[in-house]
Amino acid sequence: MNIGTRKILDRSFTAVGIGSIVVMAVALMIVVVPIITNGIGAVFFTGTVEHRKMLFSEFKRGDTENLSSEVASSNRYRAKVYEMLTGFEAELEAMEPEKKVEFKGKYSEVRAALQALLGPFPGDPEPMLTRFKYGQTRWEKAEEKLHDLLYESKWDNSNPEVMAKEYFVSRAIGFQGTSLVKLFPYVKDNLDKMLIPEFTFYWGFITDSSVDSHFFGGIWPEIQGTFFLAFGAMLFAFPLGVVAAVYFTEYARPGFLNSMLRSANSTLAGVPSIVFGMFGLAFFINTMKVSESKSVIAGALTLAIMILPTIIRAAEEAILAVPKTYREASLSLGSTKWNTIATVILPAALPGIITGGIISLGRAAGETAPIIFTAAVSVGSAIGLADVLTSPTPALSWNIYNLASEHEAAAQIRHVQYGMVLALVSIVLMLNLSAIVLRARISKKLKG
Amino acid sequence: MDARESSGSAPAQKATRDMYLPPERKKIADGGTAHISAKEFSVYYGEFEAVKRVSADIMSKYVTAIIGPSGCGKSTFLRSINRMNDLISSCHTTGALLFDGQDVYGKFTDEVLLRKKVGMVFQKPNPFPKSIFDNIAYGPRLHGVNDKKKLMEIVERSLKKAAIWDEVCDRLDKNALGLSGGQQQRLCVARTLAVEPEVLLLDEPTSALDPKATAKIEDLIQELRGSYTIMIVTHNMQQASRVSDSTMFFYEGVLVEHASTAQLFTNPKDPMTEDYITGRFS
Ligand SMILES: Nc1ncnc2c1ncn2[C@@H]1O[C@H](COP(=O)(O)OP(=O)(O)OP(=O)(O)O)[C@@H](O)[C@H]1O
Ligand SMILES: [Mg+2]
Repeated sequence: MNIGTRKILDRSFTAVGIGSIVVMAVALMIVVVPIITNGIGAVFFTGTVEHRKMLFSEFKRGDTENLSSEVASSNRYRAKVYEMLTGFEAELEAMEPEKKVEFKGKYSEVRAALQALLGPFPGDPEPMLTRFKYGQTRWEKAEEKLHDLLYESKWDNSNPEVMAKEYFVSRAIGFQGTSLVKLFPYVKDNLDKMLIPEFTFYWGFITDSSVDSHFFGGIWPEIQGTFFLAFGAMLFAFPLGVVAAVYFTEYARPGFLNSMLRSANSTLAGVPSIVFGMFGLAFFINTMKVSESKSVIAGALTLAIMILPTIIRAAEEAILAVPKTYREASLSLGSTKWNTIATVILPAALPGIITGGIISLGRAAGETAPIIFTAAVSVGSAIGLADVLTSPTPALSWNIYNLASEHEAAAQIRHVQYGMVLALVSIVLMLNLSAIVLRARISKKLKG
Repeated sequence: MDARESSGSAPAQKATRDMYLPPERKKIADGGTAHISAKEFSVYYGEFEAVKRVSADIMSKYVTAIIGPSGCGKSTFLRSINRMNDLISSCHTTGALLFDGQDVYGKFTDEVLLRKKVGMVFQKPNPFPKSIFDNIAYGPRLHGVNDKKKLMEIVERSLKKAAIWDEVCDRLDKNALGLSGGQQQRLCVARTLAVEPEVLLLDEPTSALDPKATAKIEDLIQELRGSYTIMIVTHNMQQASRVSDSTMFFYEGVLVEHASTAQLFTNPKDPMTEDYITGRFS
């Protein structure tokens, strides 16, 4: 090959390499940027007076005086709204029956939209669900609800060839000629005075327990559950995995059985996690009866079985990478095999073993399928360490899935879901980062 | 000629070897006994016979050099003395190898105890990735010394014996991998000495070192001669003649000649030995 071709080859390879890295970086940005921006939005947002009311009555948080003056000022503007409503109701009573029926339907829609925006009206019975006790707590949601109040959504089915299209009709037009027509511009113009938007840092999103199925955030039980499950899994899998790796590399005689065990281990590493979930339910709960039903311990054991093959492989590789000369040096000094392993081989292999361990820890924290049947519940309070043997726990991975697809108000609390995603991503990232740091520190100590 | 025959006449060699010893060494050799003796000793890697029916006596407190072309089985022979070859699963032996009159490969031999008595320094310096102190203290700790003061004493004595104390005494807590190659090799010698072995096996201890570091190791061997039974594998004829009392010449697994160093280098009995030491083949 002449030098020209070689150079062209080198250059094109470099170009392809850089190109693929750029593609990867872009893909990563596309995934990560919305997670971060939306996730941060769960904690930092423009909150309304309703949010502060909620904090005060649910968590006794906030400045009483400040809040009551805010509520008073907000109520002054709301009073006008309620006045208009009662005015219109009187007007409604006086209408002819046909007209009355027509307007009554439209009016109840307006009422409902207003309730969603501002919370229950004075004199209304106290709602059962916490989510209905307050108006919109987030300003951007309030703006959405305002739109619902101002416009009626309709569907254009005229052309059967294409999908129906949504279009909006102003509600004010429907109330032309009544007193209620003034309500719409009034609410639009004074919404900020009724809700008093303010920049909010809601740290309770992370540290609170969930209120009314995560309606207002509060993901501490999930975070704690994730930690319990992941570290619980490590507690079982790490020692077992290292011991197994030592056995495979140092004690097992090469032969049929050994190679069978190794390939079984490799196969296990590739088994879909849902299979481990089913296995965990069948084995740990139904057969071994480690707990009555779902529990942290059953979930941790299932996750442990899932990450065990990875830990074994990582540890095996780390042990095999220890220079043979260390082993020779130790043995030549009259060390026993076991001593050599414990004092020379394992310390030298530690960076690799730990890296494998922490990557598995991250995987245990992020997996959903193995805990569905064994440990996870959708809503629950944070459990104590003493309860891990008997109670199930909410966990980030499962609750993200749950909020995304099974929660009855999924569309309204996307921000909570994103907050959980960001929390999970941060936890996994932090774990990986600590693996890198730990590894670097140990390697540095080994290299001198 | 059959090389095997010349190696079979150990008693005759013993007499001649003593005659060639310098006066001050003679004192040690007087009443010297065979510390290690091989009898029809062979080492196999699977089917391949790497050391072929060697019979030889290695005298107590002697420095014995092992020379021979590459691949002739020097390392294999040396490593079989402290059973480092156990690490190679295909390796097995026939014949007898006695250490202090006991069969090294006997059924009841404790190889861990054997290795404590027969220390080894390898071709490439191989300190542990630990501090200098921990490197030296590794052996003594293994054998039950845990007292900090006593360990310190051992570390100091061993490093002094290995002539490296002055260079490292102010950085005992630093990682041993930070030392130069020559320093590392002397550290490895010190580490071996700390276990207080009876025999020192050195497998080309200077082949990875520059002349200055080599000289230091050679000085060290001079220093240690008389206190330990030393066996050194080397490709360097000058080194062999400088440091050793007796020399073994191996060729293709066969011990061709084993005589006092002075005799082997000035008046080799075997033409093959002569060819080798005069550099006609290698
Ligand atoms: N682990 C092994 N498995 C199989 N054969 C081996 C093994 N180690 C060494 N041998 C063979 O045994 C013979 C002797 O090897 P040995 O290492 O003892 O030679 P040596 O004299 O030390 O050579 P050098 O001077 O190059 O170090 C060689 O032919 C080598 O190929
Ligand atoms: Mg060799």
